[in-house]
Amino acid sequence: MSHQPDSQDGAPPANRPLQVLAGVLLAIPCLALIPVGWYSRRSPELGGFPFFVWYQMLWVFLCAGFTYSAYVVVKRARPHRPMARNERGDA
Amino acid sequence: MITPHTLAVVHAAADPSRPNTGVNGVALTVLIVIFVIVAVMGFMAARWRRASSMESLEEWGLGGRSFGTWVTWFLLGGDLYTAYTFVAVPAAMFATGAVAGFFAVPYTIVAYPIIFFFMSRLWSVSHRRGYVTSADFVRGRYGSRGLSLAIAVTGFIATMPYIALQLVGIQAVLEVAGIGGSGNWFAKDLPLLIAFAVLAAYTYTSGLRAPAIIAFVKDALIYLVIVVAVIYLPTKVGGWGHIFDAANTKMQTANKVTGKPNGSILVGPKQQWAYVTLAFGSALALFMYPHSITASLSAKSRNTIRRNAAILPAYSFLLALLALLGWVASAAKTTPIGADGKPNAQLVIPQLFEDQFPSWFAGIAFAAIAVGALVPAAIMSIAAANTFTRNIYKEWLRPDATVEHEAKVSKIASLVVKIFAVGFVLTMDKQNAINLQLLGGIWILQTFPAIVFGLYTRWFHRWALLIGWAVAMVYGTWTAYGVANPATKVAHFGGSTADIPIIGKLGYIAFTALIINIVVSAVLTVVLERFVPRGADETIVADYFADEDDPRVSAYDPVPYDDADLGGGSPKAST
Repeated sequence: MSHQPDSQDGAPPANRPLQVLAGVLLAIPCLALIPVGWYSRRSPELGGFPFFVWYQMLWVFLCAGFTYSAYVVVKRARPHRPMARNERGDA
Repeated sequence: MITPHTLAVVHAAADPSRPNTGVNGVALTVLIVIFVIVAVMGFMAARWRRASSMESLEEWGLGGRSFGTWVTWFLLGGDLYTAYTFVAVPAAMFATGAVAGFFAVPYTIVAYPIIFFFMSRLWSVSHRRGYVTSADFVRGRYGSRGLSLAIAVTGFIATMPYIALQLVGIQAVLEVAGIGGSGNWFAKDLPLLIAFAVLAAYTYTSGLRAPAIIAFVKDALIYLVIVVAVIYLPTKVGGWGHIFDAANTKMQTANKVTGKPNGSILVGPKQQWAYVTLAFGSALALFMYPHSITASLSAKSRNTIRRNAAILPAYSFLLALLALLGWVASAAKTTPIGADGKPNAQLVIPQLFEDQFPSWFAGIAFAAIAVGALVPAAIMSIAAANTFTRNIYKEWLRPDATVEHEAKVSKIASLVVKIFAVGFVLTMDKQNAINLQLLGGIWILQTFPAIVFGLYTRWFHRWALLIGWAVAMVYGTWTAYGVANPATKVAHFGGSTADIPIIGKLGYIAFTALIINIVVSAVLTVVLERFVPRGADETIVADYFADEDDPRVSAYDPVPYDDADLGGGSPKAST
C-alpha cells in the first residue's frame, strides 16, 4: 500500500526564528550545568549551603522557567494544523 | 559505589544511634494500614475512566491514552523517582559523596529540556500509527524486524533488574522496621512476597490505571515526608553549615582498605568528566526505558508531554533535598546496621527516619518508600510485558494474535516478569541486582540513535544502526566488566565509570559507548547505502505533528505492518 503524496504530507508551516529561540531556551539549562569545574566550590555559601549545592538547586527552577517559555514559544512557532480527513491513515 | 568499610570507620568514631532495635510496632502498623489502602485503590482503579473493554493493550497497557497533564505528571514522577532512588541516592551521598550521588540532580534537570525536544514527536507518531512501544516505532520507521527486535530485547532486559531493585527498596524498609531480614527464609521473605502478590493482582486487573491512581498517594506521602525531614532534621543536628562540614570530614577520613579518602562533598578535578557524562548520559537514557515511554504515550495529547517537561522539575528539587538527607545522616551519626549485623549504607534513610522521628511518622516515611516501590514496579512490569507481547510474541511467534489475545498475553507476561524479579532478589545477592541495573543503564542508552534520530531523519541506514548498537553493547558490557571496586572488593561490574579512550579521563561508560555507537552508525550508513537497500517507511511527515483530535489509522491497529516481505530486506515500492 503505497501512498500518494498529498498536499498535507509535509511539516506544517513554522516560524523558523521562533523555533531557534525555543532551541536556545532549552539549551541554556544544559549548558549551565556543564562547567562542573567552575561551580564545584564551597563559596559563596547561601544559608550554609555550598555554592555547588545551591547553584544546581537554583537551576531546577530556572530550567522549569526556560522549558515553560520554550513551550509557549513552540506553540506560537508552529500552531497545530488539523489533518485533512482524506489523508492516508484516516479510518 | 557503596563502601561498607566507610561505615565501619564512622561506627567506631561516632556515638551510634539506635541501630537494629527490633520490631517497631507503631511504625509497622502505620505501614500496613497505608499499604492496605493503596491495595484497595489499585483494585478500584479498573473502574476509573472505564472503557467499554479492558481487553486491549491500548486500554490495559496505556490507560486508553487518556491521561491529562496532572495524571501524567504524577504517573511520570511516580515512574522515574523510584523507591530505589530514595534508598540509593542518599546512600551514595552518605558513603562516597557528590560524584556518586549528587549527579542525579543535574541529570534530572537536563532530562526535561531533552525530552521536550523529541517526546512530543514520538507521542504524535505513536498516536497516529497505534504504536505502544519504541520498538513498534522503529519497526514502522525503518521497516526492519531485526533492529526492532534489538530495541525490544534491550528494553526488556534493562527493565528487569530495575524491577528487582524496587524490591530492594521495600526490603530496606522492612529490615529497619524490624521484620524481614532475619530468621528462617520463609518468615524473612513472606512480607515481601505478600506485597508483591497484591501488586501483581491489581496490576493484572487494572493495568496502567492502577499505578496512575496510586501515584497520587505515593507523591503525597513522599512530599510530606521529605519536606518535614528537610525542615525539622537540620535544626536537630546543628544546622546546614554543620551538616556539610560533618559530611566532608567524614568522607575525607581515609578508608581502611584503600587508604584514600572515600569522597568529597564537591567534585574534584579528576572527576569532572565523570560527573558531567553521568548526568547527561543518564538524562539521555531516561526516556529510552520502556516504562518512561509507556507513561508518556498514555498522555492524551501532544502538549500534555511538553507541559510536563516544564513541571516535572518539581521532582528534581525534591530529589536534591532527598540526596542531602544522606549528608544529614552523616551529621546525625546514623549507623545503618543490617539484620545480619553488618553495616549497610542502603539502610541509611530508613534508619535516619526511625532514629529521629516519632514512630508513627517513621511509619509514614516507611510507607512512602514502600508505596514508592509499587508504582514504578507496576509500570515497569506493564511496559516490559507490552514490549514482549508486541515485539517478540506477536512479531515472531504468533503474528495472527488478536487484540484480546495480545492483552491476555501481556497480562500474563506482567505476572511472569514480577515473579522473575522476586526470584532474582530472593535467590541472588543484592549486589547483582545493583550491578545489572548499572549495566542496564549502559545498554538502554544504546537504543537512543535508532529511536531519537529516527524521529527527525531517515538518513541512518537500518543495518548501520543495528551494527552500531551491537558494537556499543559489546564495548559497554566489556568495559563495565573490567571495572573493579577495591573498597568493596568487587572484581567486575564494580561501577559505571571508566577511562574514556583518547581523552583519558574518567567518564560514564554508557556515554562513551553512545559516541562509538553514533560514529559507527554514521560511517556504515555512508558505506551500506550503496549496497544494501533501505527498509520501507510506513510513517508520513505529517504523522510527527499530529495531535489528539487528528484522524488516526485506528486507536489500535491489529495488523500494524502492511508490508509482508520485510525479512527479505527489499524496500517497498513507493511512488
